[in-house]
Amino acid sequence: MIEVKGLTKYYGEHAAISDLDFSISSGEVIGFLGLNGAGKSTTLKVLGCVLLPTAGVVTVDGIDIARDPHEVRRRIGFLPDTPPLYNEMTVGRYLAFVAQLRGVPAGETAQAVAEAERKTATTEKHDELIASLSHGYRQRVGVAQALVHRPKLLILDEPTSGLDPVQIVEMRSMIRALRGAHTILLSSHILSEISQTCDRLLVIQNGKIVAQGTEQELARDMGGGGTIEVEVLGTAARAIEIARSVEGVGVARVLSESDGVATLSFAAGPDLRPRLARALVQNGVDLLRIDRGAARLESIFLQLTKDKDTRLPSGGLQ
Amino acid sequence: MRSTLLIARRELGAYLRSMTGYVIAALVLAIDGVFFQAFVMSGADKLSSQVLSGFFEIAGGVTMVSSVFISMRLLAEERQTGTLVLLTSSPVRDSEIVVGKFLSALVFMAMITVATVYIPALIFVNGKVSFGHMAAGYVGLLLLGSASLAVGTLGSALARTQVLAAIFSGCMMAALVVCWMLGRVTERPFSDVFATIALWQKHFPPFQAGQIHLRDVFFYLALTYLGLFAATRVMEARRWR
Repeated sequence: MIEVKGLTKYYGEHAAISDLDFSISSGEVIGFLGLNGAGKSTTLKVLGCVLLPTAGVVTVDGIDIARDPHEVRRRIGFLPDTPPLYNEMTVGRYLAFVAQLRGVPAGETAQAVAEAERKTATTEKHDELIASLSHGYRQRVGVAQALVHRPKLLILDEPTSGLDPVQIVEMRSMIRALRGAHTILLSSHILSEISQTCDRLLVIQNGKIVAQGTEQELARDMGGGGTIEVEVLGTAARAIEIARSVEGVGVARVLSESDGVATLSFAAGPDLRPRLARALVQNGVDLLRIDRGAARLESIFLQLTKDKDTRLPSGGLQ
Repeated sequence: MRSTLLIARRELGAYLRSMTGYVIAALVLAIDGVFFQAFVMSGADKLSSQVLSGFFEIAGGVTMVSSVFISMRLLAEERQTGTLVLLTSSPVRDSEIVVGKFLSALVFMAMITVATVYIPALIFVNGKVSFGHMAAGYVGLLLLGSASLAVGTLGSALARTQVLAAIFSGCMMAALVVCWMLGRVTERPFSDVFATIALWQKHFPPFQAGQIHLRDVFFYLALTYLGLFAATRVMEARRWR
């Protein structure tokens, strides 16, 4: 669906993105993950044909965006980081305007609008002024405008930005429901959103793709054999002493220890949970929880974006 | 063409649904009326044609100034509020966006201009002026408005905010108006060039007097084309940034 080769975009002397290579197949839901200023929005604007690349080749559905941006735009629905809404219009009129602008025949406009409203649960807001909508509904109408012309590719830049937790869950399930009908590329710096919504991740840092793959693939690449997390009643020292007797269990790390409960992490090879659990219980340790502590997305992300020139903004990760 | 008309219709709707549109229309009509009463109807007795000519002179000045405020929102406001990306990510050419925006402003200005027709109508009823004089004056106002709005559209394409757009457009308009002064203090051929490109001094008075010259019509249409062409180029250049 999308082929990107050597994509570079300069703003003056500054390279916002540099030599990006990736491809996306039809029907995939791809998460574009990176810190603020990493180059996510610039990449999405180039893919959305809003900006032209300084160098490189991007094809969408086999069409080069530099040669025939018009044709590419027909196949794309783009939601920028701020939904492009006209406050003085009603939702229905606005969606009809966008549909016609993007080539939906006049006779099919009403049906296309109704379909977009149904998919985004905005049908009851059809006759309301956009100015009167809540932030959550504005974001939904933003998604509706992106899919009203039934594009093959949906590009959503930070679709959950500024939403409250309930609205985030609703938006997430809405995006999941769109899976199959569209290829979806969404960006975010919210890790949970990416991990729960996307099939595959592209991690961007300082304008370069630093990793790509499924969460498991990234975990395997970054985390090696993984870890086992254990929660026990009693002291951490006692649990560590017992765990050391189990063959294959490596370095132990105390994650927390308070109120008589200790949480530990053990470097472990293949899944040693049954043996470790058995050893702890047989030696009289009350086991409260044992779990795979394989590298989670957050730690993968932190490792990938670890850079001496980059400081993580507070609140940038959730 | 379909996209141009869609954009023009939406934009015109935005003028008619916004307070700014009505404030501009009310101010234009009020200033036209007050200035007409204060500067044209006062003083010694005049011929009806002189009174009508005086009205068009005032209306021409007000049209130029109001075009700055009518056009300032066209592209700058969309950029300011982030809605321009809706148009630039749609299968619409930059020229269609620019022309659609311009057309909406032109229609809005034409609506205001038509609303001033009561003044010439009063002169027509109470005095002795030809219908042709009135028609020529209004054709001139529309052409002057069209050229001024095209310059304003360029200013709006260049600016990031509406205030900056008004400043850019105002400066370009002022430069075009005062060109005739440069024509007086420079040698030929520069004096001829400055006199020719002056927005007002050489090209509008014939319309005021009820005459339509092809060269004046061509000048205003050429300026309109140039303004819109430059605005389109600015839009295209912004995709490269």
